[in-house]
Amino acid sequence: MFRALAEAFVPESAALDEGGWAEAEAIVERFLATRPAAVRRQLRLLIRLLDLLPLLRYGRRFRSLDATRRLRVLEAAQNAPMLLLRRGIWGLRTLAFMAYYERPEAAAEIGYRATARGWEARR
Amino acid sequence: MIEREYDVVIVGSGAGGGTVAQELAPLVKDGVRVLLLEQGPRLGDDEFTGREVEMADALYEDGGGFLTADGTMTLAFGRVFGGSTVVYTGTSLVAPERVIRGWNVPDLAHTDVARRSAKFAEQNNVHLFTPDLINDNNRLFVEGCGKAGYRAEQFPLNVKGCKGSSLCNLGCPNAAKMGTHRIQLPGAQSQGVQMVTRAEVLKIGERSLSVVVRAKKEGEKGAESEWAPGEYHVGAKLIVVAGGAVGSPALLLRSGFGTRLPALGAGFTCHPAHILVAEHERPITNDVGHPKSYYVDRAAEEGYVLETCMYFPFTTAKNLTGFGPAHSALMRAFPRLQMILVLACDKAVPHNRVTVDRDGKAVVRYRFTPDTVEAMVRATRASARIFFAAGALRVHAPSADPPLIERRDAARLDELIAARHFLAGKVSVSAAHLMGGCAMGQPGDTAASVTDAWGRVHGLPWLRVADASLFPDSLEINPYLTIMALADRVAERIRSEARDLLGAGAGAA
Repeated sequence: MFRALAEAFVPESAALDEGGWAEAEAIVERFLATRPAAVRRQLRLLIRLLDLLPLLRYGRRFRSLDATRRLRVLEAAQNAPMLLLRRGIWGLRTLAFMAYYERPEAAAEIGYRATARGWEARR
Repeated sequence: MIEREYDVVIVGSGAGGGTVAQELAPLVKDGVRVLLLEQGPRLGDDEFTGREVEMADALYEDGGGFLTADGTMTLAFGRVFGGSTVVYTGTSLVAPERVIRGWNVPDLAHTDVARRSAKFAEQNNVHLFTPDLINDNNRLFVEGCGKAGYRAEQFPLNVKGCKGSSLCNLGCPNAAKMGTHRIQLPGAQSQGVQMVTRAEVLKIGERSLSVVVRAKKEGEKGAESEWAPGEYHVGAKLIVVAGGAVGSPALLLRSGFGTRLPALGAGFTCHPAHILVAEHERPITNDVGHPKSYYVDRAAEEGYVLETCMYFPFTTAKNLTGFGPAHSALMRAFPRLQMILVLACDKAVPHNRVTVDRDGKAVVRYRFTPDTVEAMVRATRASARIFFAAGALRVHAPSADPPLIERRDAARLDELIAARHFLAGKVSVSAAHLMGGCAMGQPGDTAASVTDAWGRVHGLPWLRVADASLFPDSLEINPYLTIMALADRVAERIRSEARDLLGAGAGAA
């Protein structure tokens, strides 16, 4: 389910191979290991809720939806009147961004080139 | 429990603690035993890799992900030897006269703050960069400000040998930033101030501290602690708390001082900030060069400050509103992105405060007031005008829905960017200028303040505070020089009272 969510938040992550996913998931796991157990529990609960939520509207679980509908579900949730749901989506997207963009390959893909050598490396 | 005895114990090694350590160091030659405790590790120069999450984990509290109680704002503050002076951009401004006057703290004059700020500016090599070191991201800001009618000013910076890595917020990989870990702490240590890292102060009692020293975990950055891991009871004739605007009030609250000091934790402010991004047609130099060279100060008139900035891929992604294809497209435009940080000058209000949970962990309760939201909206509109005036094709504004505004809509900014789109929990808000919680005020006025103008805690002459928690309200500008100036005052008063406080042998300076 995390992969389905990550692909909705960062469409490029759908192109990750197993090695790429392993790297991305390891980044998230390392981060979550430092969070309180209660936060990890809340995240698991939220992911489960998001998987089931589309049953009401589309009659299918989140992981079975196409990309457009996944996006719609998440957009509705991030604009929900309930703060708890909005911040939950914010937290999940943060994890997805961390997983994808913390990989050195992603930095290269988007053209981010900062190095300790600074100007010396560019001139 | 291991027993230790000192004359002075300083808690924290950032702008406040580092300054106090330096200023009290001359007492060591008179036999005064001075100890500084820092919760975080001491990193070696070769450990600053510039890798985002790795460095955030090593340098920041909660890896840079410390959230306010309702989860709507991220607070960034250092947890490392040198505190937040390791991770800021080195911007060094003197407090505005109107702000210090407005604080209305008896015995605190702006001239004194300015004089002491100048002392630390000189000590830390604060200067303006020459034009050849300014990148396009900053140049476009100045150009856009000129065309849009805003006055851009250059930041004085405390660096020496800057190579323009742009990685300031991940700790300078070239040891160029003159934080306390480079200047004040080594100086104090060479004069005999003892420093212990990985040492968390759990509680402060009557002239004593309960401290736990933690072992370095496998794979963790930084040196081992100077003391063996374990629990310590440290006696001290004088304790100076400088754990920052979150850490200091939390430590005093969990130590049980909240009853006698009802203002403890109150008046927390933080300059809530958005990162705004604009896309240009062509690549610009943005991820090379100092990231924060210019600012626009509209605090007095409109309640905000704009600063140039440039962040790293994950931080940028996190701070853009939304997700999916539109978000990805903007991320893929990274070499063409210009960035501005907008900061609202929030005001101290009763409901924004530092508290502690049942385990004594700091909890920051913060709600955005309508005034703060309006200030952020005004700041966002101004930034969008500056971006478009600088030639941007489109602007990403968190307080717009959808957040992406195309150039053809540049005339409709007031309509598109509005407070109704500031949906807490959806828009990313972060803050790094954490202030208040142990406010200075009238001596003995425990209802409204925690200390006097010299950081003396009301009714407890052996307990001092020396950090940004002293600010009775928002500073409305980058705080580090002011923290050093106030800490200098705290140390000066301690030196002048040394004989009485510390006993015979402690010569008054």
